[in-house]
Amino acid sequence: MLAACGLESAEELFAHLPDDVRLKQPLALAPGISEYEIVDYFQARATENASQYASFLGAGVYAHYRPVMVDTVVSRGEFLTSYTPYQAEISQGTLTTIFEFQTMICQLTGMEVANASMYDGSTAVPEAALMAARVTGRNRVLVARTVHPEYREVLGTYARYGRMSIEEFGYVADSGVLDLEELARGIDGQTAAVIIQSPNFFGIVENVKAAAAIAHKHGALLVMIFTEAVSLGILEPPADADIVAGELQSFAISPSYGGPYAGIIATKEKFIRQMPGRLVGETLDSRGNRAFCLTLATREQHIRREKATSNICTNQALIALMATVFMSVYGKEGLRELAEQNLAKAHYLSGKVKPRFSGPFFNEFVAATNGRAPDEINRALLKRKIIGGLPLARWYPELENCVLLCATEMTRREHMDEVGQAFLPVPQAA
Amino acid sequence: MIKKVRPHITQNESLLFERSSPGKKGYQLPALDVPDIDPAAVLGAANVRAEIEGFPEVSEVEIIRHFTRLSTWNYAIDLGLYPLGSCTMKYNPRVNELVARLDGLAWAHPYQPESLAQGAMEIMARLEAALADITGMDAITLQPAAGAHGELTGILLIRALLEKRGNPRKRVLIPDSAHGTNPATAAIAGYAVENIRSNDRGMVDLAELERIVDKDVAALMVTNPNTLGVFEGNIRSIADILHKKGALLYMDGANMNALVGIARPGEFGVDVMHLNLHKTFSTPHGGGGPGGGPVAVKKILEPFLPLPRLKRLRNRWTFDYNRPRSIGRVRAYYGNFGVIVRALAYVLAHGGNGLRNATVDAVLNANYIRKKLEPFYDLPYKAPNMHEVVFSDERQAKLGVRTGDIAKRLIDYGFHPYTVSFPLIVHGALMIEPTETEGKRELDLFADALISIAREIETDPEIVRTAPHSTRTSRVDEVAAARRPVLRWKPDNSSAKAAD
Repeated sequence: MLAACGLESAEELFAHLPDDVRLKQPLALAPGISEYEIVDYFQARATENASQYASFLGAGVYAHYRPVMVDTVVSRGEFLTSYTPYQAEISQGTLTTIFEFQTMICQLTGMEVANASMYDGSTAVPEAALMAARVTGRNRVLVARTVHPEYREVLGTYARYGRMSIEEFGYVADSGVLDLEELARGIDGQTAAVIIQSPNFFGIVENVKAAAAIAHKHGALLVMIFTEAVSLGILEPPADADIVAGELQSFAISPSYGGPYAGIIATKEKFIRQMPGRLVGETLDSRGNRAFCLTLATREQHIRREKATSNICTNQALIALMATVFMSVYGKEGLRELAEQNLAKAHYLSGKVKPRFSGPFFNEFVAATNGRAPDEINRALLKRKIIGGLPLARWYPELENCVLLCATEMTRREHMDEVGQAFLPVPQAA
Repeated sequence: MIKKVRPHITQNESLLFERSSPGKKGYQLPALDVPDIDPAAVLGAANVRAEIEGFPEVSEVEIIRHFTRLSTWNYAIDLGLYPLGSCTMKYNPRVNELVARLDGLAWAHPYQPESLAQGAMEIMARLEAALADITGMDAITLQPAAGAHGELTGILLIRALLEKRGNPRKRVLIPDSAHGTNPATAAIAGYAVENIRSNDRGMVDLAELERIVDKDVAALMVTNPNTLGVFEGNIRSIADILHKKGALLYMDGANMNALVGIARPGEFGVDVMHLNLHKTFSTPHGGGGPGGGPVAVKKILEPFLPLPRLKRLRNRWTFDYNRPRSIGRVRAYYGNFGVIVRALAYVLAHGGNGLRNATVDAVLNANYIRKKLEPFYDLPYKAPNMHEVVFSDERQAKLGVRTGDIAKRLIDYGFHPYTVSFPLIVHGALMIEPTETEGKRELDLFADALISIAREIETDPEIVRTAPHSTRTSRVDEVAAARRPVLRWKPDNSSAKAAD
């Protein structure tokens, strides 16, 4: 091949580079290693992490069983090693699964259109806020303090430079639901969006309809966030929202120390042109057969450049496929049954550890530690190979001695009993 | 002559919704070990939904057949050369998939105690160190989820630094050869975009740059090698012009596969850049993600990196949140960790020398393709190319056949098309990036296919204009799709002929 190129050595390929940009020494990286050594290295790292622990962590990342079918499908090279389906004639596999994904997200959320995926739930929030700003021509955003704190931080980062102003509103101290009165006082004619989460960060189901009514009265859009997609199997779909943005990690996506996950944005048909992200549409091929292709690309960066609705390009297609397979496996009855099991487990746990808030919750809730330091309880649990609840003081100083406890279909009764024991008040010495 | 493929039967398959019938199931949950409860009693009847209308009800066998059949309608790297320019479609090693699925990594919760996450943190730290070595930069954040997200992070870092210096400035300069994500990113970060024209060699014009850089310019976003596959030989002078006026140099690292082990952006004046783990570092493209878009910076930008930062404290890793000058988070948690694991596996497998060899092979492959095709296709920019080569359809267009047609005809020859009609500075572009993955045999088949198509255009252009002919789906009506968008299945909206 060198000879065909008229070269004597491969080094000549780089002869045109200016001498002062050439790397003069080898990279410091160690020499390459074999497949066996690679597996060995990562196995050693995996062992340094928690393994064989029961966990009560949720807070946006949930431990749900992953049906075998999921990795079986996404491991097929035709899905794993293809790229964005620009060439529709040889990408019908990917395109068809995305069309099914978009459909199922609409069915779940009560929205009319859904995109092919966003990076994750957290980045879907600023994308939804920016979309609402474009739709309304306004720039003020009100976000509930019961939205995932890290999602709010991401929103803050995007907003700081994007000409949006963000203000937060609180929750009702005893019930943990968003404070509709504070929202009603804060909203005005400059408000583009009201952003709420349901179930909220405390696990509590919000009154989406009431929040939407307040937003709509002032011409603002209601953006509803979800982090626990399994809840959609049992909760009334947020059809009153204008934009639904969420995280699908619960749908057979490994927790994987925080990613990769898949976010979505779903909305009403009338807002399609302001929607970010890829969309797949149905059409015909030249022989009249049903076919799918990427569509409405005039919203996107590769066509519209600086006038695009978002800069997103590569998204989370394979992860969205995991969610699609998951939804197919559980289906209509299964997702309901799965949601009911989560509900039952969390409510069993709430019989052992009293919830701090009175609002209705799905599969996680806030528990007070009876005056003891959360770390002390968690240390005791760790000794029994149980990872306890997430201490909340880091984001909510007013919840200093509170943790967020989550139970899913994978949580076992005996572990919940142990957590209940650990929360019992320490007996006072006589 | 078509040598690489011959047609075979593919299975028809309808949508899952059309396969559904009430009561079919593909799952079984364990019996509850706690008392069942009435949802309406604990949630309130108003909060409980009716059934999910239209949601699939299918059996396990139907599910595996459904997705397997659909998969066979895709082209993929595993089937052959996938020469999408600027996308770096290289082989995705399977050991990477295995290690990312090890229980201790795949089931790690981002909020588990740091004492029980040391393995994950070590992996992240090790990849950060490797990427710093490869780029010659001072610090890395792994948080961005993909290339465009990395770009946004990088431009926000620049903005934060300039603000700290007293003026965030107003404009970001972008060459007309750039990816669309660059201008879209600058706009989201609150900057006005100013396009700069490339010179007749397809490069940034120094005199033009000198003329337009003023105290309102925050940065130049440059791709190097650029989207023609040409190394910007004046990169140091470009950096000097910017730095003299207090502006910064951003490098889009989409084409880093041409430089690893050969040249380091940190040594030629770049202040901040992103990498695409799904391009240069072999993590699977997955039909359009997930990706990974780490950002590498010089010391001056380090204080502004997203929260949290990995920090070594005595003998253990910890996350440092106490960084008052940080731009904040760009994503929840710490990044696409599963992608980070795969990228590190790739780096470990290759080592320093292996990575350099991959670069050499990638550049050699692109030059080989150039040599083979130059007699048949117009090469508008003659500068030496690195890892990709861009032809134009000028000769073929005279016979009424455009780059998009040639691309579709390549499908009949058993290849995924190149990148079509990009970069925009080449009229009718054919942008070809073979990567180091391919051996001579596959490259020859590919070159022969394009040569054969060039001949067909002279003798029978219609066969090219109406391609592909051998796929189960013929040319797709994208115009109709956009004019009358059907974006979800409904029981009654399918006017098209279903697949079975």
